[in-house]
Amino acid sequence: MKRLTSLLALAACFASMSAPAATLIRNATVHTLTSAGTLENTDVLIDKGRIAEIGRGLRAPDGAEIIDAAGRPLTPGLFGGLGHLGLLEIGLEPPAADARFGLGAMRPEFDVTLAYNPDSAAVEVNRAAGITFAMLMPSPAGDSGPRGGSILTGQGGIVTLDAGLEPLARAMFVDLGGDASALSGGSRAAQFMLLEQAFTEARTPDLLRAGDPRQLTPIGRRTLRTYLERGGPFVFHVDRAADILQVIAFARREKLRAVITGGAEAWRVARELAAADVPVVLAPLDNLPQNFDQVGATLENAARLHAAGVRVAFSLRDTEPHNIRKIRQAAGNAVAHGLPWEAGLAAITRVPAEVFGVGDRMGSIAVGRPADLVLWSGDPLEVTSLADHVFIGGEPQPLETRQTELRDRYLDRVRRGAAR
Amino acid sequence: MHESWRTALVLGALLAAGCAAQAGRETEETRESQAIVSPTDRADPYPSTYHPAPSEPTLIRGATVLTGTGVRLDGADVLMADGKIVAVGPGLEAPAGARIIDAQGRWVTPGIIDVHSHLGVYPTPAVRAHSDGNEATSPTTAEVWAEHGVWPQDPGFATALAGGVTTLQILPGSANLIGGRSVVLKNVPAATTQAMKFPGAPYGLKMACGENPKRVYGGRSQTPSTRMGNVAGYRKQWIEAQEYLRSWERYAKKLANGDEDAEPPKRDLRLDTLAAALKGEILVHHHCYRADEMAIVLDMAREFGYRLAAFHHAIEAYKIANLLADAKVCVATWADWWGFKMESYDGIPENIALVDAAQGGCVIVHSDSEEGIQRLNQEAGKAIAHARRIGIEIPPERAITWITANAARVLGIDDRTGTLEPGKMADVVVWNRNPFSVYALADLVFIDGHLHYDRAASDEKPRSDFLLGRKDRPLNGVLAGGAR
Repeated sequence: MKRLTSLLALAACFASMSAPAATLIRNATVHTLTSAGTLENTDVLIDKGRIAEIGRGLRAPDGAEIIDAAGRPLTPGLFGGLGHLGLLEIGLEPPAADARFGLGAMRPEFDVTLAYNPDSAAVEVNRAAGITFAMLMPSPAGDSGPRGGSILTGQGGIVTLDAGLEPLARAMFVDLGGDASALSGGSRAAQFMLLEQAFTEARTPDLLRAGDPRQLTPIGRRTLRTYLERGGPFVFHVDRAADILQVIAFARREKLRAVITGGAEAWRVARELAAADVPVVLAPLDNLPQNFDQVGATLENAARLHAAGVRVAFSLRDTEPHNIRKIRQAAGNAVAHGLPWEAGLAAITRVPAEVFGVGDRMGSIAVGRPADLVLWSGDPLEVTSLADHVFIGGEPQPLETRQTELRDRYLDRVRRGAAR
Repeated sequence: MHESWRTALVLGALLAAGCAAQAGRETEETRESQAIVSPTDRADPYPSTYHPAPSEPTLIRGATVLTGTGVRLDGADVLMADGKIVAVGPGLEAPAGARIIDAQGRWVTPGIIDVHSHLGVYPTPAVRAHSDGNEATSPTTAEVWAEHGVWPQDPGFATALAGGVTTLQILPGSANLIGGRSVVLKNVPAATTQAMKFPGAPYGLKMACGENPKRVYGGRSQTPSTRMGNVAGYRKQWIEAQEYLRSWERYAKKLANGDEDAEPPKRDLRLDTLAAALKGEILVHHHCYRADEMAIVLDMAREFGYRLAAFHHAIEAYKIANLLADAKVCVATWADWWGFKMESYDGIPENIALVDAAQGGCVIVHSDSEEGIQRLNQEAGKAIAHARRIGIEIPPERAITWITANAARVLGIDDRTGTLEPGKMADVVVWNRNPFSVYALADLVFIDGHLHYDRAASDEKPRSDFLLGRKDRPLNGVLAGGAR
């Protein structure tokens, strides 16, 4: 295995210098996440960075690397959820943390993706665990201390976990509910008032007179207006059932494309979410009343929403980026609590890709798509499985990370009985 | 909500566990009437009122049994009666009137034990009024006891039970160098903490290395503001505790010499606890991440002649796995958590496997989290997978010891729980499959032979008072939307 991973690292090295060589993955159980469903004993050919062919008994082009999957599962690269990947190295060390923003006023022009560092140790560690894309999310300053941000926290974006800096799609983030009431004068009721004012400023700047109090800067008004015109998603962090209904109504009034994150009590308004086609990015392990907005939290949240026809994607509750690989385990737990297995996998592949506007290039396996793929040692939702091969854009990704280097440095010492 | 600064571990003294447990029982039963000649002579003023709930003889049949002693038995039976394990093996006979549980295809393990929990002292809802885990007003608060801050209505106890947890240690947080006394609880629903206290379990002492104490107090321009200050802070306390013990010894000697006017030393709550830790009657649990700091703490324990039960968190234990094994100090840690602070930056998912692989190594999977405690079995499963990748195959019968027998050992209760051996408490979990799977669920959880949790029966699940009245149904709210 060690030699194999070294070869992969070498291959990745060459790949970065030239067009990726073709790779044929033979005899896999291919979870396509498309209408083609799951294909047994199937080959997938990767060429020029894309999925070139899917079928049985494919011929390997000259010089192609061949991987015998021996029936192992092949899935799209996984979604790492919404959080601070590449935006902080150590959350407690301010110079190494750029995810939290607070200048007081609403700044929709704040774009947290400009701080993305693809060299973060958390990027390579999670990539080696099968995560190939994630949504970078800004948070209000001082989530766990003095508050300095605004409820409109700014823009984030989808990145792939290779060296790319440019986000593939954007989202605008809004923090609502009890946890955010300190940012809205002490009452969550004011959150909709402030948002309405900001949206009105952006849409009809002519209404403003000199000296009027205002929520946005001139650039902020232009940014928000453009964003609204383009129909980008607004991601509302909200948990309480009644607050979710208010978001649905607000989105209808303002003609927004809303996405709910958090959503601990979303199952209680599943019918309304389905009717409004508002997707929910929830944390499957939430089942305790962390606060009075989450009293209805249950491990069956995902299963109940799915049964009601709501599109369900997953994220971890914690925005800490280091261990987002745990999202697989979270998905597995949702399955253990009633969600169909296929929906559990879709919630960390196809659904988030579609919700955030990148469904045509990631989240499923189809000919012509960029080859973001993971070959697993076993069931991809199982805690005892690991990623054996990871591809992004057809390039084999190194499974060696800072963590494996640390491991290998001390492994032999433990075995020799040294380090005493 | 792992670790963060609220979690403090303490460094503690270890003892041969059975010995400490014996001392605990003696304290309760016999010392009341005798003269107090040592600070550790007092009976527990907040004694356990726990009594096992009634149970019927129960035979679990045909399961895959992981005994917690490193043994796996396929197609085996487990017989419980009077709250105790009676026998484990194939083809056991059911006593007359026994409940019989068909467990074919299912797995049976000892009840899961978490050595690091803040349930009750940092309960949910995590409102400010519930923040009772860190007496962060002085770097040394050995005088505080976790049991005085435990809220038995924390809904997290019931969700931990659904994860098979039957026993747990509640620790003060890690804001302080010495955070206070822990308490070991049986995970049963109760209106008082005393009614959950594990009878006769020794107390623990929580200590903390590294970033947390120096951040909390350094931020106030107080000592400690550095790791140097941390260690100086502990040593001053141990020196005072040694002097306190000597003053009691002088008093005891005077009494023994017939000096009826001898005045006992002035009682000091803080030094009572520290003195007991030095004597090994309170077990020391030390929160410590870095290898270099753990090595310093081992030297400090030698300097003052006490023993450590375990390092908790111990992200860098793999760097000194043999040193820790030689010192007979256990390591309680997570499967893959890392990077949430500088001192956890070198965390690797093979930490558990490497500590376990060292000759004589002792490892425990802990939670420090109301979420993690619900699935310690899955955490162990992740460690198994990462071990396999480096060529170390860990069978289920070994992995189960990480969350049962080894945990019981560092809590000083391994003579009573942690394994399925005749005579031990019938703390037993029946799983729907191999417990190291993400799909594994506890079907039945017994504590002292009483069925406290039955996944299939809604009335056999404890529920906190807090959750009574919860609206377990759709909101059916109506909003017009559109124009107002």
